[in-house]
Amino acid sequence: MPGSKEIRTKIKSVQNTRKITKAMEMVAASKMRKAQERMRAARPYSEKIRRLAANLSQALVTEYRHPFLTKATAHKRIGLIVVTSDKGLCGGLNTNVLRLCMNTMREWETKGVTEMRVTAIGNKGLGFMQRLGAKVVSSITHLGDTPHMEKLIGPVKVMIDAFQNGELDAVYVSYTRFVNTMKQEPVLEPLLPLSGERMGTPERSWDYIYEPDAQAVIDELLLRYVEALIYQGLAENMASEQSARMVAMKAATDNAGSVIKELQLVYNKARQAAITKEISEIVGGAAAIAG
Amino acid sequence: MAMTIHVDVVSAEASIFSGLAEFVVLPGESGELGIMPGHVPLMTRIKPGAVRIKLPDSSEELIFVAGGLLEVQPGLITVLADTAIRGGDLDEAKALEAKRMAEEAMVNRAATLDYARAQAELAEAVAQLAAIDRLRKRGH
Repeated sequence: MPGSKEIRTKIKSVQNTRKITKAMEMVAASKMRKAQERMRAARPYSEKIRRLAANLSQALVTEYRHPFLTKATAHKRIGLIVVTSDKGLCGGLNTNVLRLCMNTMREWETKGVTEMRVTAIGNKGLGFMQRLGAKVVSSITHLGDTPHMEKLIGPVKVMIDAFQNGELDAVYVSYTRFVNTMKQEPVLEPLLPLSGERMGTPERSWDYIYEPDAQAVIDELLLRYVEALIYQGLAENMASEQSARMVAMKAATDNAGSVIKELQLVYNKARQAAITKEISEIVGGAAAIAG
Repeated sequence: MAMTIHVDVVSAEASIFSGLAEFVVLPGESGELGIMPGHVPLMTRIKPGAVRIKLPDSSEELIFVAGGLLEVQPGLITVLADTAIRGGDLDEAKALEAKRMAEEAMVNRAATLDYARAQAELAEAVAQLAAIDRLRKRGH
């Protein structure tokens, strides 16, 4: 039986691969549920802070203009915050978002953008941006399965400070939006300066008393608003990552199944051929003796 | 029945409390604040500390916050709680850390490149050995 041992070994190894992908699929499925819950848990805060920011940005147009709300005239120096996952094996998730970033960056270059700074959140984006030769000013990796605001403050502050000091004209954020379990789409949206449309129209403007003073409170509020937007992006990205991984691993498990089936068929054929050959040899031998 | 006011305590990571209350005590930036229904609209920073919410059934809810913002509207109190202790120096330290990590990764990139080159060289050497082996067999 030539080659049958090799086929058996191959079947064994594919079976082992299938076991692993199956396990990863199940792990991703349970993590996905949790990640979705976390994504939803972050919504009340974003919603509340968005409403507050909208109220304030309208009420304070004359009194105090925060740098986050001031539109730069030029569009030459841009910051980009890229949110990706730390680990691979999640289908085209990171590839899609990074391709979008790369294309947009090229487009910016042709439009006369002179400087681009990148903040990488997640390992994959960091590696990619470095290979691309982009100027990575801050990064955070190994975020785990739970997004923590605490970890985001530092890397985001580098970008925000640059914007506030007038070193950047605009800041964009890119992540994978979670649509549903089967569908996630990469997005790249403007973050700073804050746009009025995104905040929505204020329902009603109260005449607040500010303690200690308006400026301090608004500074804090808008900073938290920007952070909340990025946090929301990260939470969505994590939910997307887990569902993309689940789908990718399911496909891998199915593929392994069909490979095993085919190999089994090849193996059976080889075995049958060997048996047939043996029988015909015996018959031939017997006929020779009888003859 | 005493007057009540709706209170929401939310953080970026979760919604912590939502419900009616008779009275709320918070650590405001310029001193402890006690807010009852009908308070004037107010907006302030809050310090790390405990938020005490007196519920209509006269029990108390105690929540610790690491600072944040407070908004009071007639009929609604919103506490936007921070999940991390904030402060100029702390934030600055975190920003520096993030910068350092990016720079370190840049340095490590050279290391990974070397690794890749070494791997390529190794693969080449293995291929050469295999070729020599084949030639030798053919020779015999």
